[in-house]
Amino acid sequence: MSKTIKILGTGCPKCQSMTGVVKDVISENNIDATIEKVEDIMEIMKYNVMSTPALVVDDVITIKGRVPSKEEVLALVK
Amino acid sequence: MFDWIQNSADWFVYDVLNLDKGQHLAEALNFFIYDTTKILILLFVVIFLMGIVNSYFPIDKVKSYLSRNKLYGLEYLMASLFGVVTPFCSCSSVPLFIGFVRGGIPLGVTFAFLITSPLVNEVAIGLFVGLFGIETTIIYVISGVLLGTVSGVILQQLKLERFLTPWVKEVLATAQRDQDTFIAEKQTLQQRLPIIWDEVLKILKGIIPYVIVGIAIGGLMHGYIPEGFFEQYMAKDNLFAVPIATILAVPMYSNASGILPVVQVLVAKGIPLGTAIAFMMGVVGLSLPEAMLLKKVMTLKLIAIFFAVVTLCIIISGYLFNFLL
Repeated sequence: MSKTIKILGTGCPKCQSMTGVVKDVISENNIDATIEKVEDIMEIMKYNVMSTPALVVDDVITIKGRVPSKEEVLALVK
Repeated sequence: MFDWIQNSADWFVYDVLNLDKGQHLAEALNFFIYDTTKILILLFVVIFLMGIVNSYFPIDKVKSYLSRNKLYGLEYLMASLFGVVTPFCSCSSVPLFIGFVRGGIPLGVTFAFLITSPLVNEVAIGLFVGLFGIETTIIYVISGVLLGTVSGVILQQLKLERFLTPWVKEVLATAQRDQDTFIAEKQTLQQRLPIIWDEVLKILKGIIPYVIVGIAIGGLMHGYIPEGFFEQYMAKDNLFAVPIATILAVPMYSNASGILPVVQVLVAKGIPLGTAIAFMMGVVGLSLPEAMLLKKVMTLKLIAIFFAVVTLCIIISGYLFNFLL
């Protein structure tokens, strides 16, 4: 089943590097997933996170406030 | 404790590069190598220790602690102290603000956190120890924490809720106070260490260029500005020095890593420490980019009041520093 991955962040450098990591992992491992960037602060607040960037996999918040490693992301989206 | 760095710097400059002792270039280079090495080591240690503390006290835990406990006035001080151990990223300030206020934390307490967090952080502390020594660092940390606490109390008294933007008011009205069901991640220190380690390296990588440029500029100024040069302009008894330094600093934006080595030289050349620290706090604590971000949650009037109160407190603490030291 295809997964929905959301990256919450207002566009700071950390959020951009998280997006990069996630995109790399998805394409390198041929994972069936859609990536969505949520940049609107009002949308972000619906997830109740207080530190960005945050990674949301199938509506579950998995990582908050830091840029994860590729291995970490792979374990989460597999 | 740092003798071995001095010895290595001596060895490199006088033996490897074969420069003569007492030569201008040799002394400047020696100073630069010694200072950079010492400061980078201190930064590494402080950032690493703070990373461990932060791993066990993430922001969500701070929030749930502040919103669940009745602290009888101590909550301002606690919020300010939490601000010290939480790394601050200005792009998180809006979600953080809303998260706190939605959790039922009073506006003033939220401000106390928001003021101290950028002002006293792991990078500033590491640099302070390296440049000014332990004693001055402790004074700086204490005054930073008190500054956040006092500003928070004052801002709470002003009853500023009416100046929040309509969007935030709506969020607050519709969201019932979220029941804090914060579950701490149960990880051993061994599982946490690689993540903390990664963070430390990322932070260091981000600030190293600023630190090196800052120390280089400081080193150049050291060589060219005569001893006591500023004393004629910024004497201790000049009443206007502190407010002027602070007001000049607010629109300036630089992280602590770039500005601190320069401030250190200014102090060495005769600017009173209190005036220099007021300038520092103005640069690091209040910035226009931060104001732009906060516009989403606060009306301009509220931002103006916020900045005015903090600026005033910085000026007062500058005078206190000059008076006490």
